[in-house]
Amino acid sequence: MTAHGEEATIIGSAAALENDDESAILLNPMQDASQPKWLGQYREMGVLLWRGFSLDKVMAQCFGNQEDTSGKGRQMPVHFGSPEHHFHTISSPLATQIPQAAGVAYALKRTPSRKSKSIAACYFGEGAASEGDFHAGLMLASTIPSPTLFIARNNGFAISTPSTEQYNGDGIASRGPGYGIDTVRVDGNDILAVISAVREARRRCLEQGRAVLLEAMSYRVGHHSTSDDSFAYRARAEVEDRKRIDNPITRFRLFMESRGWWNADAETELKARLRDDVMKAFKRAEGLKRCELGELFTDVYGGPEPWNIREQREELTGLLKKYGSIWEPWRNELGKFKNKGQDLLGPK
Amino acid sequence: MPLLKSPPHLANTARILATRHATSPAAVRHRRCNSTVEPPPAGGHLPSIATSQILRTKRETALRTPGLSWADEDASAPSRTIVGGRETRKMNTYQAIRDAMGIALAKDESAVVFGEDVAFGGVFRCTMGLSEEFGRERVFNTPLTEQGIAGFGIGLAAMGHTAIAEIQFADYIFPAFDQIVNEAAKIRYRSGGSFNVGGLTIRTPTMSVLIAVEVVIPRSPIQAKGLLLSSIRDPNPVIFMEPKILYRSAVEQVPVDDFELPLGKAEVLVPGSDLTLLTWGTPVYHCETALHMLDSPPPSLEAVVPKSVQSAKIELIDLRSILPWDVETIVDSVNRTGRLVIVHEAGLTAGVGAEIGAEIQKRCFLKLSAPVKRVTGWDAPVALHYEKFHIPDAIRILDGVMETLAY
Ligand SMILES: Cc1ncc(C[n+]2csc(CCOP(=O)(O)OP(=O)(O)O)c2C)c(N)n1
Ligand SMILES: [Mg+2]
Repeated sequence: MTAHGEEATIIGSAAALENDDESAILLNPMQDASQPKWLGQYREMGVLLWRGFSLDKVMAQCFGNQEDTSGKGRQMPVHFGSPEHHFHTISSPLATQIPQAAGVAYALKRTPSRKSKSIAACYFGEGAASEGDFHAGLMLASTIPSPTLFIARNNGFAISTPSTEQYNGDGIASRGPGYGIDTVRVDGNDILAVISAVREARRRCLEQGRAVLLEAMSYRVGHHSTSDDSFAYRARAEVEDRKRIDNPITRFRLFMESRGWWNADAETELKARLRDDVMKAFKRAEGLKRCELGELFTDVYGGPEPWNIREQREELTGLLKKYGSIWEPWRNELGKFKNKGQDLLGPK
Repeated sequence: MPLLKSPPHLANTARILATRHATSPAAVRHRRCNSTVEPPPAGGHLPSIATSQILRTKRETALRTPGLSWADEDASAPSRTIVGGRETRKMNTYQAIRDAMGIALAKDESAVVFGEDVAFGGVFRCTMGLSEEFGRERVFNTPLTEQGIAGFGIGLAAMGHTAIAEIQFADYIFPAFDQIVNEAAKIRYRSGGSFNVGGLTIRTPTMSVLIAVEVVIPRSPIQAKGLLLSSIRDPNPVIFMEPKILYRSAVEQVPVDDFELPLGKAEVLVPGSDLTLLTWGTPVYHCETALHMLDSPPPSLEAVVPKSVQSAKIELIDLRSILPWDVETIVDSVNRTGRLVIVHEAGLTAGVGAEIGAEIQKRCFLKLSAPVKRVTGWDAPVALHYEKFHIPDAIRILDGVMETLAY
């Protein structure tokens, strides 16, 4: 699942919410009270990369290997999360993060060290904005005021459904005034426009202690995900045109070049280096085992483990003892886990 | 807590199937009564879904599907089982579901089909070509709102129309829960019978999640078509849960005409006298595999399958309708066998197996020779990389059956 076409929206907003005091982040992001809290939908990996979440961590989550600190291999790829980066773990059901963001922001407002310093930044697609949770979230953030920045990524599609079938009004932005929320719509393919709009939105969130809605207009150049072939519902030419005529990366490149800050050589060098880094991380992650099998039963509850979980772990252990080495599908599968299930089976 | 966003499950489907070893259908069919079968392949005799004997891959057997009733015959005419002149076509499960909806739309002008991404054919291709055939007024996309989809369908059905709604993944049905549980399920009762939403059917692709209306889970293309048409015409709202993994993998000869299969009726797939093995949906095939392993264990498992249990006659039942469930068929079976093993993918605690187990121990208490055994998912969310040790497979079913036989 890529953010192809929406790079300016995602990186621009991450950059705009950068702490004013750069060094505080670098020294100890956990201690930095002005860091925003991030609640994403799934296409916002760029925010994490911008904040220093490493490629190794990205790959670990996508492969679900033993280094996957986002979710121990339990969730599907791109479901990142990192308390260190103030990034709440992505959840598959759409729009659930929207009312949650209002709660997160209200908690920030009630935390003396954070009050008037940090906001909750919540991303969602124009499709997810049709869920009931969208309306619940905006209503709560407006009636129980909290510094929540709602960032609607309007990329024109929700899987195959075009935005024209998602709403018959004026996009997502038109709903903000209905909830009494300051609202701005921005060209999501213009990174400078995104940065200035998000900065202003953050300023208002903090100054008024209230929510702001920002709608970034863009276009989903990539397929919805690797399981999707979007040419079943949109013309290839439409996508090619978008890539050519309104490409956020090209637009920013031309700007940088016009200032003499960037050139073709620098770009070639950067691309080669990044490709190299990504491939290295990919290869490394590929070779790592999954977490231990016993993690199947951890984190279901906090506190003392209930009897049913304990007994079910024991039941699986008994079954593994009996069949783990003679039942081929299990034998093969056990090999993929760190310690091959020995954490459950115990020393031989 | 559904962790799994679904499109990549398509990839899982292929992966899971690829780990099975096919044996020839003929060899499987005759194993029970014929000792001169070929030696088992390296991985043992594991019929895959593709070669399952439960699937009806010949016209003659397809047309004789038990309980099948043709819906295009004069209702006042005497019932008949003549199948001459009836055609079948090879279909997988999603094609059979599409076929059923095509018939419903063609025969009932009030019928509409709607949901997220259905106009281009749906993410599992179940509505492919329907919007082209019947027009966008009758087959249309909705905005992304499950509570809206359910509520909209209830409104249509309250007007006496036929509403066939799709919730894109069962994992995401929960925003619609209030509409389903408090509205669809109660409207008839709370209005003293003056309103009902019997015309509502909510289809949803599923795996390992189960909700509480009428709930139906088909195991194969013929079952999917017949049960879906029955659901659409049933006087009650129905949640129709389609096992994702079977969309492409289960293939049968499906009668092309309009037919129905009975709701609320289980089907005995393999008769037996020593133990009742009850399941529904995808685990039907794992149970079939487990029974083959019990009957003729592959060399690697011979040591753990005692001769004494190998000859056991196991009765395999597909429950099909989860609510209301066919208590009569199950009680009748358990009264004969004295032993019950229930297999489902959803978690153990408060799963459907708990309800069935409680009812069976009440009704068959003195006939039981062993406690009712449940082979189910664990009481944890279904986690991606742990799936193979979470969802019951053939070996866990075999173990549960042997334990219950030996009790
Ligand atoms: C509650 C819920 N319903 C359906 C889905 C299936 N689904 C996953 S992504 C998606 C489309 C989302 O579109 P949008 O919000 O516009 O985000 P985009 O993919 O364009 O970034 C759908 C329908 C889901 N994950 N959750
Ligand atoms: Mg979108």
